[in-house]
Amino acid sequence: MRNVYRKVPDRCHRKDSLMKTFKGGIHPNDKKELVEDNPIAALPLSDHYYVLTQQHIGAPAKPIVKPGDEVKKAQAITEPLGFVSAASHSPTSGRVKEIIQRVHPVTGLLAPCIVIESDGKDEYMPGLPLERDPFSLQKDELIGIIKSSGIVGMGGATFPTHVKLSPPKDKKIDTFIVNGAECEPYLASDYRLMLEEPQRIIDGARIVMRILGVDKAIIGIEDNKPDAIKKMKEIAPPEVQVEVLKVKYPQGAEKQLINALTGRDVPSGGLPMDVGAVVQNTGTCAAIWDACANGIPLIERITSITGRGIKHPKNLRLRVGTPVKDVFEFCGGVVDAAKIIFGGPMMGIAQFTDEIPIMKGTSGILLLTEDDTNLSTYSACISCGRCVEACPMGLIPSDLSKQGEKGMWEKAVGTNLLDCVECGSCTFVCPANRPIVHFVKFLKSLQRAASAKAKGA
Amino acid sequence: MKDIFISSSPHIHTPEDISWIMRQVIYALVPGALIGIYFFGIPALMVIAVAVTSCVVIEAISQKALGQKITIKDGSAALTGLLLAMNLPSGAPWWLVVLGSLIAIVLGKQVYGGLGNNPFNPALVARVFLLISFPVQMTTWPQPRSFFAPAADTVTGATPLGALKTAIFEHKSITAAPDINIMDPFLGNIGGSLGEISALALILGGVYLILRRIITWHIPVVYIATVAAFTGLLWLINPGIYADPAFHMIAGGLMLGAFFMATDMVTTPITNKGKVIFAIGCGLITVIIRIWGGYPEGVSFAILIMNAFVPLINRFTKPQKFGAV
Repeated sequence: MRNVYRKVPDRCHRKDSLMKTFKGGIHPNDKKELVEDNPIAALPLSDHYYVLTQQHIGAPAKPIVKPGDEVKKAQAITEPLGFVSAASHSPTSGRVKEIIQRVHPVTGLLAPCIVIESDGKDEYMPGLPLERDPFSLQKDELIGIIKSSGIVGMGGATFPTHVKLSPPKDKKIDTFIVNGAECEPYLASDYRLMLEEPQRIIDGARIVMRILGVDKAIIGIEDNKPDAIKKMKEIAPPEVQVEVLKVKYPQGAEKQLINALTGRDVPSGGLPMDVGAVVQNTGTCAAIWDACANGIPLIERITSITGRGIKHPKNLRLRVGTPVKDVFEFCGGVVDAAKIIFGGPMMGIAQFTDEIPIMKGTSGILLLTEDDTNLSTYSACISCGRCVEACPMGLIPSDLSKQGEKGMWEKAVGTNLLDCVECGSCTFVCPANRPIVHFVKFLKSLQRAASAKAKGA
Repeated sequence: MKDIFISSSPHIHTPEDISWIMRQVIYALVPGALIGIYFFGIPALMVIAVAVTSCVVIEAISQKALGQKITIKDGSAALTGLLLAMNLPSGAPWWLVVLGSLIAIVLGKQVYGGLGNNPFNPALVARVFLLISFPVQMTTWPQPRSFFAPAADTVTGATPLGALKTAIFEHKSITAAPDINIMDPFLGNIGGSLGEISALALILGGVYLILRRIITWHIPVVYIATVAAFTGLLWLINPGIYADPAFHMIAGGLMLGAFFMATDMVTTPITNKGKVIFAIGCGLITVIIRIWGGYPEGVSFAILIMNAFVPLINRFTKPQKFGAV
C-alpha cells in the first residue's frame, strides 16, 4: 500500500477493504489499457515454425521426427522423457526441415529446436478435431489425454499439468482454483480469453474437477476486469464460483491466490496440494477442454503483444513455434523498444534477440520504451523497509540484496533465500533502485552450484 | 533494430526514488522552518542557508576526496543541512553552523561509507557535538518576536524546558518557572532551536509525511505517547515537581525529534514492530534525561542512543515468513 502513484483504475467498482487479498504486495500502474480492448486476432500462417524441445519445467522432451519427415498439424513431434516432462506437437502441416540449436527465451542458451516448414495447407492429423464427451471418460483416461497433449501451465511457469493433476494418494484435494487474476501489468491475454471464450475455461475447469474429485471450483479474477467477472458469472454453473480479488500484485502468484481465496497458507517449501488446493491458469483450463473434448493438443495460445515499443498492440492467437519477428511484423513493427520481454514487466525475461519463437508459456511479449522501463543504477540500501512491507512472502529482501552483493549464499539461505518467489515487488518499490531479484537469482545459482557439487562429491 | 537492453526482472520501477523521498521530507519541514524565520527573523534564514549550502558543498568535497561518486543530487545532504539548522539556536554564528555541517557530513555520514551506512542520525551527531563543545553558543536562545516588529536588539532567554530545569534546580519546585501559555509553543512563540518552536507546523509536516507514506505513524505516535504516559504518571504522583504531559509534549524538541529525527530511515528499525520498540526507548530516555539528567532536553541524546540499538532491534523483530511451520 505504499505506492502513492497507485492508480486504481476507474473501472474498479468495489471498496478495497471488501475484497479478498493477501498480505504485502504492490500497486503498479496496470497499463492494460494499451491492449485490453483489442479482440483476439489470428496471425497468418508463417513459413517456418520453430518448436523448442524444452517447452516446460522438468526433464527435456526427445524429438521423434527427423529432418525430411512429413508432419500434420497436431502430430506429436517430441515425446516426454520422464514423468515431469511434456510432449510437443506440430503447429501446422508440412515437413521437418531440420533440427537446429536456437536461443531459448527462458534460459538464454542455445537449445534443440525442431524447424517445421509449412506446406500452407494447415491440415490436421486424420480424425482431428474429434467430438467426444469428456465427462464419459475416466479420471485416468483424462490425465492420459492431458499428458499426451503436452499441456503445461500457461500462466508462464509451464509446469506439466498432468503432474499437478496427479497428487499423491495421501494429499486430499478439496479445492480447485482457476487463476484469472492476471496480476502482471500490461498483459491481457487471460482477460480476452475470459471475455471471448469463457465456455472453454468453465468446461476445462469442470474436467479438472472430475479428475480431482472435487465438487467446487473457484475462479479468482482481479477487480480491474469487471467485464470478465460479469461474463464468467453469467455462464458459470453453480459449482463454479467466481470471486473478485483486489487489484494488487502478485495476486496471481499461486500461494498468494490460495491464501486470498481460502485463507490457507502453503507451508514454506511446500506445494499447494499440502493445503488441499490445486491451481490452474484460465488458459490451461481452455487447453484441457480442447484436448479432452476435441483431441487437439496444446499447439496454440493467446498472447498479448503490448507496450509502447510496438506499433499496434494486439491480443493474438499464436501457434507455439511462431517466429517472434513474424508477430512483430503483424503488429506493425517495433517502434522504439529498449527492452523486449517474454512475459510481463514484473517477472518476464528480457531478450537479447528477436530470433526466438513463441513458447507454450508466452503469455505476453512486452516491448518497453526507454521511458517506461528502468535502466538507472543503484545505490546503498537506506533501510527504509519498503521491501519488507512489499514482500508477499514475509522476507527481508534488503538483507538478501546485501548478501547478494557479497555472494554470501549460505548466510542468505538462513535469511530464507529459498522462500523467495522472485515476484519483484521489493525491487519495484526500492527507492535506491537495488536489483534485489537479480541478487536473489545470483545467490540461488551459487546455492544450486554448491549443492550439486556436494551431491557429486 | 535499435540496441535493446537486458537485465533481471522486474522491468518497471516506482518513481519514488531516494531523491523523491528527500524532497518530500524537505517539503514537510518547510512550515516549521517558516515559523522559525517568522519569529527569529533574518538570522534564522542565514542559519538555514549556511547549513544547507555547507552540507552540500562539504558532501561534494569529501566524496571527491574519497574518490566516491558525488551524490549531492539525491538531496540527502541538503536535508541533513536543513535538519541541522532546525536543531540550532537561531543566533548560532556562521562558523558554528559550518562546523556542524562538517561534523554531520564527514563524521556523521561519509566516514561510514555515505548514505545508507551511517548508524547515527548525522544532524543529531553534529548537534550533540556542538552542544558539548560549545555550550554557551548552543544555549543562547534568542527570544521570538514577530518578523514585522520594529528592529530592536535581540533579547535572549531560556527555553521553557531550560527554565523548568533551573526552577527545579534552584527552588525544587516547578512553580518557580515562568508560566507559559500552552498555545505559545503550539504556534511557535517561545525560545528554542529555530525549527522546534511550533508544534503545529511540525505536526502538519509530519502528517504530510505519513499521508505520503514516507514514514509510518509508528515512531512519532509511539514516541510522543510514551513521553506523555511517562510524564503523565510522574505528574499524577507529584504535580509540584513534575510538569504536566502537555507541556512535555509540545514545549521542547519532541515534535521535531519524533516526526523528523527519529524517523530517519537509515538509522531506525526496518519493521513496524521494531519501530515501536525503538520509539518506546526514545520516549523513556527522553523523559529520564529531562527529569533526572543534567540537560534540560533529552530528545537528541535519546534518539542517538536508540540508533545504536537498531541492529539489535532488527535482529529480534524479523517478520514471520509466509507459510512458516
